Amino acid sequence: MLKARIIPTILWKDIGIVKGVGFNSWRRVGSLLPAIKVYNTRQVDELIIVDITATEQDREPDYDVIDEIADECFVPLTVGGGVKGVDHIKKLLRAGADKVSINSSCYSNPEIVSKGADLFGTQCIVVSIDVYKDADGTYECLKNSGKISTGKDPVKWAKEMELRGAGELLITSIINDGAMTGYDIDLIKRISDSVTIPVIASGGASDYEDMYQALTTGHASAVAAASIFHFTEKTPLEAKHYLGKKGILVRKY
Amino acid sequence: MSVLIIDYGMCNLGSVKRAFEECGASAFISDNPRDAEKASHLVLPGVGAFGDAMKNIISAGWDKAIRKNVLEENVPILGICLGMQLLAEKGFEGGEHLGLGLIQGEVIKIYNENPGSTFRVPHIGWNEIHKQQDHAILEKLQPSTDFYFVHSYFFKTTHKEDILTTTHYGLDFPSIVSKDKITGVQFHPEKSSRAGFQIIRNFLSIN
Repeated sequence: MLKARIIPTILWKDIGIVKGVGFNSWRRVGSLLPAIKVYNTRQVDELIIVDITATEQDREPDYDVIDEIADECFVPLTVGGGVKGVDHIKKLLRAGADKVSINSSCYSNPEIVSKGADLFGTQCIVVSIDVYKDADGTYECLKNSGKISTGKDPVKWAKEMELRGAGELLITSIINDGAMTGYDIDLIKRISDSVTIPVIASGGASDYEDMYQALTTGHASAVAAASIFHFTEKTPLEAKHYLGKKGILVRKY
Repeated sequence: MSVLIIDYGMCNLGSVKRAFEECGASAFISDNPRDAEKASHLVLPGVGAFGDAMKNIISAGWDKAIRKNVLEENVPILGICLGMQLLAEKGFEGGEHLGLGLIQGEVIKIYNENPGSTFRVPHIGWNEIHKQQDHAILEKLQPSTDFYFVHSYFFKTTHKEDILTTTHYGLDFPSIVSKDKITGVQFHPEKSSRAGFQIIRNFLSIN
């Protein structure tokens, strides 16, 4: 049977800060590579790496860095940030990404999803959707790292992206992200129940129970988390022990 | 030992090469079918659509080189993911396309034999392989080991004898197929950590 995936997310902004004053590419990879190596040694189910300032800075993805990372990564690798055209997707796949995550450019150019799926297969196209919840409870998709309004309803947008050929959806709650208050289960459930492709829940995990809720009540196929792994003693392996005890099928190794 | 990773313009070959190197093999990527003669083992990777892949393979002349080396020279070949599906006679991804025809059967979309459950396609993630018969490629693997899958189509073989393992997702589909020295794996050994390396080492042991 298919297992629920526990996916550490690595946000590239940290690296951006490190490189701030320098142009020494070794140095910035240097801080990313150890993390990749640790996760690789621990045989995590999958990794998501997102360059969150690429779009803002109007940069292309950094293919050289991905190439170096992929050399050390023998688990599935999803790469996102700054993907604006099918040539970017191609170069990322060539550099060693297994899946490419696309977010902001889908709004202005939804064709990128259909063309990408046609050329490389739906299975390597992940559409990432950042969702903001208003004070009155209405949901809206935001782009450019949550800075720009799109007017899109997340459920409708998720369905459109599925129709266009997305193979997977990465749903992040902007308000919950980093707050460690749990995933937005209602949002995850609404989207999971409206599509037939896998949904990865993201944003807000504070403990293993949150993951359990996203996988059961939220109907997610996978859970992504960053803060919980970066800033606490919690690990993907422990998460699996917890989930396994509660009856969730997780990968054993 | 010299492992040739076939480059027909469809995917990430770097990870495959690195995984073979990690397993102690000397591996090289080539887009020139004439290099096939220099290889002790062939690897046919692949991500993407069946039809486009076959078009690229044929226009580069890989189909002839593969058939010659595999069928006449008995060189072991490992098809990975789409590369495994291309071993089939036919594929039905976006129309009907001819495959390499090295193992009898066709490639069709994953479906659920018992509809009604939450069933999502593509089949993405870690899933178990269940042994149907012994084979060198399965040496030193624990029963029901998890491997990483990412695909929407599967290889429906004509002959049961060609199925080494099955995996359950909606239905039981062949996850490793083999005939003579031709082997295909639906999952990605290069992305399946240690268990994946074991598959690669086992493939290298086939001479």
